Amino acid sequence: MQNSALIKTENLEKTYSLGLTSLKAPDDVTLTVTRGEFLGLVGPSGSGKTTLLNIIGSLDAPTSGTAEVLGRRIDSLSQKEAAGLRNGHIGFIFQTFNLLPVYTVYENVEFPLLLQGVESSRRRQLVEEALEWVGLADRADSRPVQLSGGQGQRVAIARAIVKKPEIVLADEPTANLDAANSHHIMRTMVQLNEELGTTFVFATHDEKVIGYLKRKITLIDGRISKDERSDQPPLAVR
Amino acid sequence: MIPFLFKGLLRDRSRSLFPFLTVFAGVVLTVFLHAWLNGVLSSLLESTAHYSTGHIRVMTKAYAKEADQNPNDLGLLGIDTLMTELRRLYPDLLWTPRIKFGGLLDIPDEKGETRAQAPVSGMAVDLLSPDSPEWRILNIENAIVQGRVPRNRGEILAGVDLAARLGIQPGDTATFISSTMYGSMSVMNFVIAGTVRFGIAAMDKATVIADLADIQQALDMQGGAGEILGFFADDLYHEDRANAVTAVFNACHRNDPGDSPRDTGAFSPVMGTPRTQSGLSDYLDYVDVFSGVIMGVFVVAMSIVLWNAGLTGSLRRYGEFGVRLAIGEEKEHVYVSLQAESLMIGFAGAVAGTATGLAAAAYTQAHGFDIGSVLKESTMMLPNIIRARISPFSYVIGFLPGLLATFLGTTISGIGIYRRQTSELFKELET
Ligand SMILES: Nc1ncnc2c1ncn2[C@@H]1O[C@H](COP(=O)(O)OP(=O)(O)OP(=O)(O)O)[C@@H](O)[C@H]1O
Ligand SMILES: [Mg+2]
Repeated sequence: MQNSALIKTENLEKTYSLGLTSLKAPDDVTLTVTRGEFLGLVGPSGSGKTTLLNIIGSLDAPTSGTAEVLGRRIDSLSQKEAAGLRNGHIGFIFQTFNLLPVYTVYENVEFPLLLQGVESSRRRQLVEEALEWVGLADRADSRPVQLSGGQGQRVAIARAIVKKPEIVLADEPTANLDAANSHHIMRTMVQLNEELGTTFVFATHDEKVIGYLKRKITLIDGRISKDERSDQPPLAVR
Repeated sequence: MIPFLFKGLLRDRSRSLFPFLTVFAGVVLTVFLHAWLNGVLSSLLESTAHYSTGHIRVMTKAYAKEADQNPNDLGLLGIDTLMTELRRLYPDLLWTPRIKFGGLLDIPDEKGETRAQAPVSGMAVDLLSPDSPEWRILNIENAIVQGRVPRNRGEILAGVDLAARLGIQPGDTATFISSTMYGSMSVMNFVIAGTVRFGIAAMDKATVIADLADIQQALDMQGGAGEILGFFADDLYHEDRANAVTAVFNACHRNDPGDSPRDTGAFSPVMGTPRTQSGLSDYLDYVDVFSGVIMGVFVVAMSIVLWNAGLTGSLRRYGEFGVRLAIGEEKEHVYVSLQAESLMIGFAGAVAGTATGLAAAAYTQAHGFDIGSVLKESTMMLPNIIRARISPFSYVIGFLPGLLATFLGTTISGIGIYRRQTSELFKELET
């Protein structure tokens, strides 16, 4: 299983109609991601990074082509099965924080575990661990509005990784973080990638993120234009 | 999971407190308004029954046609037989004869010259037999303001406002001038035993209460009465029973020959209920329709407001739903939790609203609300003090619409969760 395909897309397309014309992003994307990759989709704004990420996360449906995640054809999953897949195996980090404002930091991070039905003492342990990773253990009782943008994003990261998913899909995770926080987060994620074998897929144009990537896929107008690998990413020295 | 969602509900006031208050306010108003209208209607019906029509009224056919004009020349004669028959056939009702009459009350000074004079509308009831049901029906003892109840022939009671207008006191004498049932002039002297306040403007300003036997004599109606009223023993109007009794009785007496030679069937007895009697029936139907429309409009308006609150409440939360779905919650679970929330809010609001509405209604039922000044010129048998009246319907009239409107509003608006791509849902949060 170590090198099996975790995510596999074939001729994936999403067509948006724009009145008279239409627009494809992604456009004919064929891509294989294996377990343990630390990969980024890069490219100019509007090139289809977010859409591709959402399709992989079964939040969005492709117009044509196929996508397989963890051996399951997500374009044909029922919404219940898709929810089960996300709940069990995928963590999301959004460009905006998307925290639930009425809940505390602790409760936001706890939410995915409640959905999984994790028992309460184990839940506490996992939530505390995740908050440690992102350096927010002391803000467990704060509400999202009381946090800075960077802190909010770190809570979102803790929420994505708390259930130790196989795949984390992160859309511009550092967009609202300063340099120090960005590096802190990226190192946390590199560590998770190496220690737990979690596969990370980023959508980003932030050089700080790109510096940590072991694989960089460049999208231009929805199409893959470059697919580069580097075993020793410049920033990922420990 | 459930405590978690509940915690969120309580913390987010726009999700809990405001919808709760909306339901609450709507339900309180509906419950109270309904009890109030019910109170007005029942009071009207009750006092109309007590002072005018009874629960069932027996008259001659001819009298019934012009009943509001008290045409005593068309009255019932030989009522003893009829009373016996009524008591035998319908022992569940109390039967009592009355004569309503009009005339002039003349108050003489010491020299016997007219000091004051006023037209009065009189009501002759059995005041002197010990077992007369009228004491209870008219609540005479409690209505006494000055003086005492009549104990002897020739004593009458006068409405307080009438007494004030004429400047009479208990113990004064008054001359009553009217015409007999055969059309000749009738003059009779009475002693004012006391003054009474029934709390009904129409009665207090113009009514005298006299003993039946006195008036039978004065109007030359021995053994007769204008009408015989029947009252249910529990003093509540049972419409179905009244209609049944009336239908059977009227069928049996369709063409009775009367006791008098003038009779051609027009003098056979006929029964009427408050509703079927001219004047009141149209009025009651009108009030019925009117209050039905008010309640209907009110319930519909409340439902729309609550519906809308449910709608905007869940539209506002599409972003939150998007995130919850992305984290792995099932659409169905989000939807059901939304419905459960609305049921809780709707239930809490409907319970609190019904309780408060009932409490307000109970207060108004106990203490009443004086609308006497509005009724000054009224001829309706409507008490000056209006009380709300709680009926079994009060418990559901606000509760069900409150609960259902909230629930349905949420249920329908929540369908959007299914209609949209999850990615679209949380984009609404971003924008
Ligand atoms: N709901 C939609 N309707 C129409 N067009 C859409 C819709 N969502 C996305 N698009 C278009 O699809 C293209 C790809 O969008 P996407 O959000 O995937 O880009 P992106 O690469 O993530 O951009 P950015 O770097 O700015 O986040 C864009 O041109 C966008 O305008
Ligand atoms: Mg994007």
